[in-house]
This record gives sequence, C-alpha cells and structure tokens, in this order.
Amino acid sequence: MRWRRVKAIMVKEYLQIVRDPRSLMIALLIPVLQMFLLGYGISLDVQKIPLCAYDQEGSQASQDLLRRFSASRYFELQGHAGNYAEVGRSLDTGRCNIVVVIPSGFSKSLTDAGRGVVQVLLDATDTNTASLAAGYAQAVVAGYSADVQLEAIQRRGGSVQTLTPVEVRARVWFNEDLVSRNFIIPGVVALVMAIVGAQLSSLTIAREWERGTMELLVSTPVQPLELMLGKLAPYFVIGMLDACICLTLAMFWFDVPFRGTLAALMFTTSLFLTVVLCIGYYVSVSIRSQVGASQVALVLTMLPTTLLSGFSFPIDQMPAAVRAVTYLVSGRYYVTILKALFLKGAPWSELLLPILCLALYAALMVLFAARAFRKTLD
Amino acid sequence: MIEVSGLQKSFGPVTAVAGLSFAVRPGEIFGLVGPDGAGKTTTLRMLASVMRPDAGSIVIDGVDVLEAPERAKRHVSYMPQRFGMYEDLTVEENIRFYADLFEVPYATWRSRADTMLVAADMTSFRKRLAGLLSGGMKQKLGLICSLVHTPRVLLLDEPTTGVDPLSRREFWQILYSLRGEGVAMLISTAYLDEAERCDRLALLHAGAAMYCDTPAALKAHMPGAMLEIVASDARRVGDAIRALPGVLGSLLTGVGVHVHVDRAERRSEIAGALNAADIAVSSIDEVTPTIEDLFVALLEQEQAKESA
Amino acid sequence: MAAERQAQIVVDQLVKRFGSFVAVDGVSFEVARGEIMGFIGPNGAGKSTLIRILCGLLRPSEGRALVAGIDVARDPEAVRRRIGYMSQKFSLYNDMSVLENLRFFGGIYGVSRADIAGRLRFAVEMAGLVGRENALVATLAGGWKQRLALGAAILHRPAILFLDEPTSGVDPSSRRRFWDLIHTLAQEGVSVLVSTHYMDEAEYCHRIALINRGRLIALGTPQELKQHTLGGELLALEGDRIGDAMSQLLAAPGVMDVAMFGSALHALVDRAELRSPELQARLGNAGFADVRVRRINPSLEDSFVHLVGASRSGTGASA
Repeated sequence: MRWRRVKAIMVKEYLQIVRDPRSLMIALLIPVLQMFLLGYGISLDVQKIPLCAYDQEGSQASQDLLRRFSASRYFELQGHAGNYAEVGRSLDTGRCNIVVVIPSGFSKSLTDAGRGVVQVLLDATDTNTASLAAGYAQAVVAGYSADVQLEAIQRRGGSVQTLTPVEVRARVWFNEDLVSRNFIIPGVVALVMAIVGAQLSSLTIAREWERGTMELLVSTPVQPLELMLGKLAPYFVIGMLDACICLTLAMFWFDVPFRGTLAALMFTTSLFLTVVLCIGYYVSVSIRSQVGASQVALVLTMLPTTLLSGFSFPIDQMPAAVRAVTYLVSGRYYVTILKALFLKGAPWSELLLPILCLALYAALMVLFAARAFRKTLD
Repeated sequence: MIEVSGLQKSFGPVTAVAGLSFAVRPGEIFGLVGPDGAGKTTTLRMLASVMRPDAGSIVIDGVDVLEAPERAKRHVSYMPQRFGMYEDLTVEENIRFYADLFEVPYATWRSRADTMLVAADMTSFRKRLAGLLSGGMKQKLGLICSLVHTPRVLLLDEPTTGVDPLSRREFWQILYSLRGEGVAMLISTAYLDEAERCDRLALLHAGAAMYCDTPAALKAHMPGAMLEIVASDARRVGDAIRALPGVLGSLLTGVGVHVHVDRAERRSEIAGALNAADIAVSSIDEVTPTIEDLFVALLEQEQAKESA
Repeated sequence: MAAERQAQIVVDQLVKRFGSFVAVDGVSFEVARGEIMGFIGPNGAGKSTLIRILCGLLRPSEGRALVAGIDVARDPEAVRRRIGYMSQKFSLYNDMSVLENLRFFGGIYGVSRADIAGRLRFAVEMAGLVGRENALVATLAGGWKQRLALGAAILHRPAILFLDEPTSGVDPSSRRRFWDLIHTLAQEGVSVLVSTHYMDEAEYCHRIALINRGRLIALGTPQELKQHTLGGELLALEGDRIGDAMSQLLAAPGVMDVAMFGSALHALVDRAELRSPELQARLGNAGFADVRVRRINPSLEDSFVHLVGASRSGTGASA
C-alpha cells in the first residue's frame, strides 16, 4: 500500500469534484432540501380531524356533548347528518373521518339508568389516525362523563369527594410535548445521510468505466485498496459536511433538543457514513453504468433505512422474523444512537452496544468493498 | 522483450484470439494489423494484464505476465484505444497523476515531462484542460503520460485512428526516437497503410496471425504481381479481363482497374485482349502491391486452403 | 447531354457554426451524376457535419446547398425523399432478421407495395444473403452487415447516396466487395458522397476533397492531388543506420523535407533525377555505405501533410 498513489487518486478525485460545480451543489444542497421536505412534511400528530354529528335526540345534553367535540382542538365539526344514509355517505366520500351518533333517549338514560351510550363511527382506512381519533373521542366523552357525574352528585346534595380511587398521572419523559417532529427528525438525518452518502460514492467507479479511464487505471500498479481509499476520502469529507449541515438544521432550525455529546455524535456519524459510502462503492464496482449504479444504490439504502431502521415503524412492534432482518440494516443502529443522543442524552455506556455493532458493520463493509474490485476487465 | 505463444481468448461463443504467437525485440516497432474484430484490442489487453487469456503464455522482459502481473506492469505502458485521460484535469495534472501512480521521483518526471512536451509542441498547453485539446493533441498527451515512467515496453492500441495526418506523423516521429532508445513497441492499427511504418508486422485475421514479417519481405513474398490499368470505362475493362488466364483478382478503383496477376508478363496479354475488345486504355503499369493487396491475396489463399 | 452533366449536388460557400465553433468554413464543390466523391479528413474535420447538412438534418449558417436541385435549407423533407444514407455503425436492428430490417426501412422510405417485393429481393441478392433472409442481424459478420445496410439505404432508388465512414471495422476483402457494389451503383447514375478518415479509400473515388478543420484544402482526382500538391518528388532512402543520416539530408541542397518511415527515410526533393545520385554520393562520403535510393509515388497522406503543414506555416502551396 503506497501512500503516494492514494494521494494521487485523492487529488484527482478532489479536482474533478471541485471542477464540476453542478454536482458539488447537488451534494451540498440536496441534503438541505430533503431535511426541509421530510422535516416539515412528515408529522404524526393529528389535529382537526373532520367530524360529523348525527344527533338523533337534539336535547340539551346531546348538544352539550357535541359542543365539547367541536371545542376540542383535535376535532373539527364538518356538519350534521339527518339519517344513517347521510352518515354512510359522509364517511364514504371522506368528508368525515369520524361520526358521533347520539341516540334518542340519551338524556333519559343518563338520568334514569345513570348510563348513556354514544356511538362513534370511524373511518379506519388510516389506522393511525383512526386509533388516535378513537382515543381522543374517548377522552372527550370521559371528560363529559365526569362532569355529568359531578353535576348529578351536586344536585343530590352530596359533597364532592375523590371519585376515583386511582389516578393516573401521566408524565411523558424525553419528548414532553409529544412533538412527533423530535422523534422523526433524527431519523430523517439518518435517511438523508444514507441516501446522499451512497449516491456520492455510487457514481465514482461507474464514471471511470463510462469515460474509458478505468481500463488504463487497471493497467497501472495501483492496488484495489489504494483506489478505494483515494476515491472515498473526498466523498467522506463531503459527507461529513452534509452531516454537519443536517444536524445543525435539526438542532437549531427544527429545535430538536440535543442532550448528548458532540464527540459521540461525530464519531457515530462517521461510522455510518463509512458504511453507506462502502455500499455505494460496491454498487459502483458491480454496475458499470452511472445511471444504473445510482438507482441501485438508492434502493439499497433508502428502502431499508426508511422501513427497517426504526425511523418510521418501531422495531419492537415488528414480527420476530422482520425484527431479525433489522439487525442487518446499518441504519437501525445509527437511528437508535441518534435518538438516544438527541432526546435521551444517553451516556457512552448505554450506547456501547449499538456503536460496537455499527463499527463492526463499517469494518466489514470496508473489507467487502475493497475486495470487490478486481483488476481485470472481465 | 515480448514473447507471446499460443494465446487464446473467447467470449462465450465468439473466439477473439485463436492461437496467436509472435515476438517483439527491444528497439523494434511491431504492428498488429487487421480490421476491427480481428482480435487486436483483446491481445493488447491481455499483454497489459487487463484481461486474462484462456490459454497461452506471455513473457514480458523476462517476467511471466500471468504469474506476476503486477511486477510486469512496472515496466510496461499501455495506451488503450479510448485513452484514459481525465478531461477535467489539465495537461500537467494528468501527467502528474500517472507519474504518481508509477512513483516516479519528482525531479525525474518533471524534466521528462518538460522534454516531451517540447518535442510534442505542447508546452503552451500545460495548463489547458485535457478535454479542450484537439484529437491529435489528446493522443500526444496520452503518449506522454504513458512514457513518463520510462517503460521498456509500450503497448499502443490504435493510437492514431481518426487523427489528422500531421499529428500522426509527429506521433510516429516520437515512436521512432523511442525506438532509438531501445524501447520495444507493439502497436495495433486498422490502417493498412500505417502498417508500412512498422519494422515488422503480423497480419491478423480471425484471431490468428496470417503472416508475420517485415513489410518489404511480405511484399516480396506476395504471390504474383499487381498491375494498374488506367481507363475511363473501368467496368468494361474489369469485365473483359476477369476471365483471362493468370488473372487472380481485380478491383475497380477511381482511375481504372487494379489487377492481381500470377506473373507480371501477363501485362502484354491483357493489353492485347483489351485492344481486341476495342476498349480504350490509357496505361497498364506494374505497381508495388500495397499491404491491402497483400492482405486480400493472403486471405484468398487461406480461404482456398480451407475449402480444399 | 445537358441533363447528364447537371450536378446532383451543388455546395456554395457553406458555413456551419455551433456557437463560436466553426465546423464547416466556406466549403464549395459539385458532384455530378454517377460520380463518386470522397471526403477525406481526420475526425472533427467537419465531414459528418457536412453530410448532415446535405441530408437536411442541420441548417446551414451561411451559404447554399442544393441536393437533386432542392435547396436543403428550404425543403429538407423533400431532400430526404431523394437520398439514401448509410452511417458508420450500419444502423441495423440486431434483434430483427434480415428481411424484417429491410421491410422496416422499405416502409420508412415509402417504397410502394408494387415495388417492395422486387426491391427486397434485389437487396438480399446484392448483399449475398439469399437463403439467410430470416437470420438475425446480430449473427451476421461485419461484411454482410455492411452490404445489408447498403441494401437498406437504396431500397427506394435514391439518386444520391451518402456514406458516412462505411467501411470501419470491415475486413479488406469485404471492403473491396462493398466498393464494387458502389461502383455498380455509380455506373447506373447514382451520385455517391463518401466521408472517411481512411486515406487509402481515396483510391476508390473518382474525385476527392481533402478536409481539415472545416476547410476544403484540396479538390481533384487522387492522381492530380498526389502529383501536384506535393510541390516536389519523393525519394526513399534505405540502408544501415539510415535514421542517423537525417541531419545530413536536411542540409543537402534541393531537399525540402525529410521524415522517418518504417526502416527508410523519405525525402522530398525538387527533382528526383537530379538529387538522387547527389544524395547517394553525399551519404557515401558521410560514412553511409550501401544506401539505396529510389523514387516512390507519394501517398495521399503525404499530400495532406504537405498541404496542412504549408497552410500552418503560411507558405502557400500551389495546388
């Protein structure tokens, strides 16, 4: 391994990058654009769910209840239905995601039997929204129910006492406002790094093949490892620059709280970057067209990172077989570490396992990619 | 310096090289001559260790290329057809890159580059981006990059295809001066007239060498003689002489007919036949056969042998 | 007859610019009926651009071009109906058969139903592919493909044929067979314009034009060009270590240029008969025994080099 040859390749690659302002801009701008797009575009919070009401009774009590729904920030009253046919239509057309039906005899059963039944119809094609809507609806009804009970007791002249023996005081740790953005942005950073990193390196070898310079390179004494180091070094620098941009945006623009150490962040990011660069390099070696290489690299990094890294779907909710597969996805370790660093401020000891896994992954990928390059044309 | 023996290479059902053998001495320019598909590029790639042969042996400067390819590469320089020059790097940066890859000491490559750029008349283009050079200059730059580490063996794959004749001449002047320094050069070309510039050549056909010798010896060995008939109605001339005894082949050209005969003496017979048929002819002269004439004659011989 | 002599192609001071780059720089020439005109020049000289203009694929920046009497700038579509075009890589479909390819091109060129059967037969025969009509083009060797591509280009009986580097990658026998076919076509009155960077293909043409950097640097028969553009006569000197004799030769009177060529030196002298014995003596005195001197015919490449070299240094060469 000769340092002079590595340096020669690094310098050449660097000059080529710098003299192509277009690709340089893309390398630095695309991450920014993606951060904004995904950061603002994805939100798991649900508010202003469109709601329809079918008030069969039209009494004081029913209107009280409905007023609570419309006052809640989670719901937005779209209109009233006159019969079940209209209810069905409003759900079918998507005008409403949730319909509250208050049957006739509601207030009577409240006063007589001390119990009222309210029907809630949900459009569950989007189960996420539906389950949240159901939860919010139950909360609204529970609130109404408590007030009704209180009123009844006061009317009977009893004193207000603690009615529930157990009170649940929920306190949310780590993401007090339950802002989904804080939970998503670290994942977005991982996704952007995965995509950009692989894209940058996937073109490098394929480009030499397409331009015809590879044939000559192979006939020189340059070694595969030298070639790989020389070529990936400039892209590593660019990748870290991209990472800094994304992380800065996350912390200062999106206001995601950061509670870990900068050193841990940089170290783990460089490990992850190494992995994706090697993936891109390997693709570039195997596929000799730039267009093909770039597409395959995208698929190999974007899909697993999006679906299996814990970015969009929690890993522990996945079936065992799929969970096993996620161990192979490097993004999983990086996303775990990022979330831990950002939201939990976890110390090194806790991060040790995922970091080790990521480091092992990186080492394996480097070996794998270096060996993939063969100095022959066929 | 270069010894090739029994080289074979196939790509699936297509045989590119079929038992090729030849040798190149130091200070010699050896030409591999043949049209595309004859196996020239494949042969050069195998010599440059960029491809592995299916069978055969290659020894360059005493090193078995198949056993120790990396060692062989140190003294060999390969200039592929689509030369690997970086268009977005300057002339100087390109030269430097290859000097670094071969680990040439700084002072050495600097002075060599200076000398060669002067010889190639390219000193004023040092800082020019390689992509902005003309075709001829790109080839010269390619040659300079190949020579910066003072190779003892030079492999050139069709280096002057499509290049203007003036640049081609300058290119060859550089090759001739290298010849004086004892470099062994193997050059492939599809230009049959360029073949005459080589010291020795091998005519390739279907992956094997049909013939291997100096241009002069090849022409002397050519069976029969070539006649040039200058006439305005070439077609009539051609039709008239085709069936005559001793006429091995004829070709219509812009001026008349190019005839291959078994003996130069046939000239008078042909003149007589044309006269008798009342076809006007300006002249009938014996001419030196070209490499193409040779190629075709040999091909016909081969085909005759095959069908026999 | 006046009709016979009317030129099929007339090019008058044609100029084509791409931005600031001048690809064709004031080119003028004519091609008659049944004439084979060769355009010889290196890559990038402007040959392909010129052919594209004549085919109506590019608009000229200045000047005029008439093909079969039609102005290419004004009515390119009409031009395309009258011409056949064969390009470098033969533009045949590898995954279609011989007949399928021919039918395809027949359809594109609008060959009438009445005519098509006969034309297909003609093309197959010309290419020598009788009995192999259903073979896939991918299985054909270079020479066959070349002739097939020619057949496809003339299905509609064009009066003018443009050939762009038609013989690259083809073995010499096939190349000769191909030129035989071209000559037959020319005999029948088709005008053929060939563009190539192979100097030796000039021999097959009736007249040639040497093109360099977008300019026409010479126009005439190959014979004329070789004899009159060199400005001298060519000698070949051979002998032991003849390469060392170069400086001696350059200093000798009457010697205009000396270049190495294979194992001989080629010297351009004013008068071969005069200088031949002089040089022999001179070299003998300088220690070069056994020098053989003979007069050789210049090649087109020699002419080209001389013309280009002359224009570079500013000394005009009389053509």
